[in-house]
Amino acid sequence: MTLLAAINHNITDGLYIIAFALFIYGMSGLTGPRTAVRGNLIAAAGMAIAFISTLLRPHVFSGSSTPWLMALGLVLGIGIGIPAARNVRMTAMPQMVALFNGVGGGAVALIAWIEYRHHFLSGGSNWALKSEIPSLIAAIIGSISFWGSNIAFGKLQEILPGRPIKVPGQTFVNLGLLVVAVASAVILAAGTHSQALFILGILVAAALLGNMVVLPIGGADMPVVISLLNAFTGLSAGLTGIALNNTALIVAGMIVGASGTILTNLMAKAMNRSVPAILAGGFGGEVAAPAAGDTDRGPVRSTSSQDVAIQLSYARQVVIAPGYGMAVAQAQHAVRELERALEAKGVEVKFAIHPVAGRMPGHMNVLLAEADVPYDLLREMDEINPEFSRTDVTLVIGANDVTNPAAKNEPGSPIYGMPILEVDKSGSVIVLKRSMASGFAGIDNPLFYDPKTAMLFGDAKQSVSEITAEVQAL
Amino acid sequence: MSTITEIAILVLAAFVGFEVISKVPNTLHTPLMSGTNAIHGIVLLGGLLLMHDAHGVLEHVLLVIAITFGTINVIGGFFVTDRMLGMFKRKDPPKAEEQEVE
Repeated sequence: MTLLAAINHNITDGLYIIAFALFIYGMSGLTGPRTAVRGNLIAAAGMAIAFISTLLRPHVFSGSSTPWLMALGLVLGIGIGIPAARNVRMTAMPQMVALFNGVGGGAVALIAWIEYRHHFLSGGSNWALKSEIPSLIAAIIGSISFWGSNIAFGKLQEILPGRPIKVPGQTFVNLGLLVVAVASAVILAAGTHSQALFILGILVAAALLGNMVVLPIGGADMPVVISLLNAFTGLSAGLTGIALNNTALIVAGMIVGASGTILTNLMAKAMNRSVPAILAGGFGGEVAAPAAGDTDRGPVRSTSSQDVAIQLSYARQVVIAPGYGMAVAQAQHAVRELERALEAKGVEVKFAIHPVAGRMPGHMNVLLAEADVPYDLLREMDEINPEFSRTDVTLVIGANDVTNPAAKNEPGSPIYGMPILEVDKSGSVIVLKRSMASGFAGIDNPLFYDPKTAMLFGDAKQSVSEITAEVQAL
Repeated sequence: MSTITEIAILVLAAFVGFEVISKVPNTLHTPLMSGTNAIHGIVLLGGLLLMHDAHGVLEHVLLVIAITFGTINVIGGFFVTDRMLGMFKRKDPPKAEEQEVE
């Protein structure tokens, strides 16, 4: 019997090792465009192996209700997860990832909580600190991640305002909450009779902290925040692994914790932001001062779809700079139609893709690919910037901050130094926009006041369709 | 397994994580985030392992929720990553065609 158990144990451990290898191999595949799809599948296979290996462990199924309850959780999870992942629109992808990350954090927090309860009730005081400390930390980080991700979701889904929300004395409140959470954990670890109270203290303080940390951050920085919370969840899963003596959790969790941190930095760098600056509360706070001096910006010129159509039809080269507004309006198919109509008139059309246009890196590539825009029409920022001086008309569709010349000319601007699409260098600029409201980062855009610029207000999809109809009628 | 061994594994795993991600093109940031996001759903296994030891209704309910959450994280994460990457896949152009346009 012991021999059997030993063999069984070796098999499950061996399977875990195969699973890690697949995770690591799969993740390195995810970093290259050609290997990414396969990398994801390899990592998923690793997960399947880790899952099977866990079910092979002794006693996992003991207890009459155990298998049924597990099955219930799994079926519910599959029943919610697959339709959500299948039906989410490409535009809503960032918030979907936030939500998936949030539930992961929630799972960590719940498991850490139960791990604590269960040892306290059954074993009494001799529960080793080795399990206790990691699960308490995991409970704190997991709930921060859960609540923080939910706020991120709310902001991106526009349930909550995307602008930074601040309360007075934010930093002190946050510090206070962190102190409450950590103090509760220390008291629990030291041993107390009213453990339910302190567990609640940890969960509530960490929940509030998760809310408070993400609320003041502007929506434009959300992808970076989601990536950071992703790293948090990974780290807390790794700590849970120590508490549970489970190598699969330790390795997989920690790899995600570490790689997530690197990825967070890479993303922040691509947006020319630093992670501490993002966490200190994003754009928007500082905008009040420059916005006050707006009066000398001059008037805004608005135009009609008919005028735009004429301008576009007689241009030699048109560059389309899409942004989040195109995603929101689901205008990518209409844009594709316009591109076809213009090409039929002999106009050369190119797309200028800013690396962080939209709300996640690569957002525009995904949308335009969905609308069948040929890949060879898409130009990266560095490629297209020298071409703007040779471009007759640039059509900015729902992009704002990534075209803001203030990033180059106004050292006082909060986005100063961010690389932008230099659309203001082209012969003339047409901006399609819902209203004069400022962009997602909450910063005023001098481009709109440029004498070369004409604004076409309205829903992007409708405006583009109207322009297309006018172009075809010409 | 001893605490030291486990901490050693934790530290080594951290270095592996740091090393795996070195250069990632901007366009792959989101799929990579989503893919690693799916991997930490492995905490689901913790929920499975604890179930047979759970006492009382509260713990059972919380564990079912934890397993549900973990499963959503894993299944949803991998699925959504695959969908995202599918969008990139087909537009890989043949090189000659690209030069023609230039």
